[in-house]
Amino acid sequence: MTDTPRPTTAPTGDPVVAMRGITMEFPGVTALADVDFRLLPGEVHALMGENGAGKSTLIKVLTGVYTATSGTTELRGERVAFAGPAAAQEAGVSTVYQEVNLCPNLSVAENILLGREPRRFGAIDLPGTRARAAELLGRMGLTIDPASTLAEHPIAIQQLVAIARAVAVDAQVLILDEPTSSLDQDEVAELFRIMRHLRDQGVAILFVSHFLEQVYEIADRMTVLRNGRLVGEHLTRDLSRLQLVSAMIGRELGVLEEVERLAEDAGSGTSGAPPVLEASGLGRRGSIAPFDLTIRSGEVVGLAGLLGSGRTELARLLFGADRADSGSVRVGGKDVSLRTPRAAIASGIAFCSEDRKGEGILADLSIRDNLVLAMQAARGWARPIPRRTKDELVARWIETLDIRPADPDAIVGRLSGGNQQKVLLARWLVTNPRLLILDEPTRGIDIGAKAQIQKLVAQLAAEGMAVVYISAELEEVARLSHRVIVLKDRAKVAELDASATVDDIMGLIAETDATAAPRVGTAARTEQVAS
Amino acid sequence: MSAATATFAQRMRGSRLLWPVVALVALLLANAARNPGFLSVRLQDGHLYGSLVDILKNGAPTLLIALGMTLVIATRGIDLSVGAVAAIAGAVACTTIVGSSDPTSPAAAVTGIGVALALCLVLGLWNGFLVSLLGIQPIIATLVLMTAGRGIAMLVTDGQIITVRNDFFREIGAGFLLFPISILIALAALVAVALVTRRTALGLLIESVGINPEASRLAGLRSRTIIWTVYVFAAVCAGVAGLMISSNVSAADANNAGLWIEMDAILAVVIGGSSLAGGRYSLSGTLVGALIIQTLTTTVYSMGIAPEVTLVFKALVVIAVCLLQAPKMRARFARRRPAGHPATQPSADADSLAAQQDPADHDAAEPDGVADRPVADAVDAPDTKQKVTQS
Repeated sequence: MTDTPRPTTAPTGDPVVAMRGITMEFPGVTALADVDFRLLPGEVHALMGENGAGKSTLIKVLTGVYTATSGTTELRGERVAFAGPAAAQEAGVSTVYQEVNLCPNLSVAENILLGREPRRFGAIDLPGTRARAAELLGRMGLTIDPASTLAEHPIAIQQLVAIARAVAVDAQVLILDEPTSSLDQDEVAELFRIMRHLRDQGVAILFVSHFLEQVYEIADRMTVLRNGRLVGEHLTRDLSRLQLVSAMIGRELGVLEEVERLAEDAGSGTSGAPPVLEASGLGRRGSIAPFDLTIRSGEVVGLAGLLGSGRTELARLLFGADRADSGSVRVGGKDVSLRTPRAAIASGIAFCSEDRKGEGILADLSIRDNLVLAMQAARGWARPIPRRTKDELVARWIETLDIRPADPDAIVGRLSGGNQQKVLLARWLVTNPRLLILDEPTRGIDIGAKAQIQKLVAQLAAEGMAVVYISAELEEVARLSHRVIVLKDRAKVAELDASATVDDIMGLIAETDATAAPRVGTAARTEQVAS
Repeated sequence: MSAATATFAQRMRGSRLLWPVVALVALLLANAARNPGFLSVRLQDGHLYGSLVDILKNGAPTLLIALGMTLVIATRGIDLSVGAVAAIAGAVACTTIVGSSDPTSPAAAVTGIGVALALCLVLGLWNGFLVSLLGIQPIIATLVLMTAGRGIAMLVTDGQIITVRNDFFREIGAGFLLFPISILIALAALVAVALVTRRTALGLLIESVGINPEASRLAGLRSRTIIWTVYVFAAVCAGVAGLMISSNVSAADANNAGLWIEMDAILAVVIGGSSLAGGRYSLSGTLVGALIIQTLTTTVYSMGIAPEVTLVFKALVVIAVCLLQAPKMRARFARRRPAGHPATQPSADADSLAAQQDPADHDAAEPDGVADRPVADAVDAPDTKQKVTQS
């Protein structure tokens, strides 16, 4: 599946990075316990594990964000302890994070060389900066105008610019943390081309991704972590996908099949159930064209479509997060005006935004405060939830959703993405909503938490809750939903029943837009379920 | 040493309030060293007298304004107009009293106070309107009233300093009920706010709005109402403070009443450990901060520091306190203290040593000084996994 030949033997030679016996303890939590890790020159090495397995912590120890409680790190055989990411970068260890950390209002050239601009007479040499940036981009095989403003480019190009910036310091170690989560298939292919290019020049690349298919396409070796411990280090070709997944989650894969069964059970006989929400002609100019939609009790309605097709916009109208400028909504048979989220919540509607950090969690507050927020807001400030009730509620939901650490006082900003998502789900489930709208609830979280969340959705529907489920992964939508609403170009284009397959949905999305490719995650999901 | 004392000491070590309290005590001791009578308090005619009592009395307006400011800052805002609002309150109260039929009667004072506070409420509504409804950045929105407010106060007083002779009005700023009435009012307000925000859910909602306004809105909070309310509250606090100031001197000075008090109040909040970025706030921190600010002012006068350098002196102390309570500095102090021990101790000691670690330590990324950190020693030891490190 790769077009450049892979090394026929395992990359050999002395490791460029060797970490031994790394233990990282935070108060009350052991994030890493006695982990060994090595990275060889000229390899792409995938670091695999669930959220909370310790991948990020290991990267942060390597780049000096954290100082390990014990253990040693060697770079090219020399013992190092970086004082921070800047020192690590000086030493040739560069990191590109999931979120692009660049200055959108500066030019591409300035971004690549920020802080290291060529100087002339003490001032920044702008033409020199551009020339040097152009050379670096050229070396990566990219044709981007270095003088253009970064914000003009799509996120994928910005990601590549971030990589150019990372390798501009002659990086010998390049760490890519979830670089593909916001890229489409062509963009991923471009990224992989550049990764192979750098690998062939001898750069050691540490790659973190939740997309198994991508890992199998690009990685030479992989290291698997689970609960802060090393599970194993393998050549990619020696480890089947099933073996990898079992190594990562440490239990049988039955849970996904169970989800499907639950979904099918619940799917029968929902058509007669009373409608929870009926929207007619609901729309908002510039956001989504007017649409009709009925959602019944006990039903999971999937919203499928490409990024920007209007999935999120539709959900936001149903929740009052944006105000509709046409149409009407009936909830439980009564006309309601969903002008604000508060009004929607009062009607029994709940909404988990796709932007967990920006529109979901309160990072500085505890799990307890985050969890009760919506319920407390609905009660009003003058009626605090009694301490004991609150403690019981929080303890119950931490246990039900398996939130880790199981400490109500843990600060939510420090939890892994999957656990943050569970806290947000719990925030809404304590309000006992009639309609739960989930926008990309499983994005960027690991297989274990993903399966747990899908199972929960199926269970909630079986108990009579109506669910609107949005995901870029069509397989996920098709598996969970009793009905699928297909969106394209900010309009609802079709409604499919439970028998719809991924191919049906893709056909509709691609109908007049043959170039549109589904998100790369789809193939990976098929693989997992099949295996 | 009782267990209770030990836990208190531990709590103080972990607390952000430690350094502000140390600074306050140090300031008081420095004053006492210079002037032995500084700490003495005597009772005369049912009043307490002494420098400490003066600090409480003169610090009351700052404390009250800082109290309102704490809540505004918790919502990610700031209110620069409080000094001007205080001046308006004093001006309106005094002109109302002077203009009434019997300027010495309690009724005139009550009317004056009522009119002044009602106007402050309106001014708070104005600030809140600009910030929460129009979405103007708080620093700009309140700058409007900061500049215009002094002018309004001038208009009210016709540019004159209005003096009043009203015993009832004088009680607010200069009266005593054993303690100065002004500090009793300010402390009562502090306790009331503490009860209302911490015993109800208001504190959580205010912090939520400050940490993430959009997430709060989507969770069903009335973000706008909450923000609006804290500006109204801040303006009313400023109004009461303005009444104290003008009552204390029995006069309304549109130009100088409450001048720069917004800066003192903001400093008090910051010294107290509440972040200007919004979110978590500390009312006890604000109390300590306001006391530090007032003690500083008193110190400057009592130590005979030249008036030209008083503001510089004040600034230096404030910088020192802010640096001392910054997480990085705290982490460094916590690290230095046990650094005298060899880091490579037998592992039996590891647990007890680890137990002493400041929990905030691990999240401070050190910019420099790697070599002198004990972790470097531990790394050199052959059996590293058993060793405790002090990072």
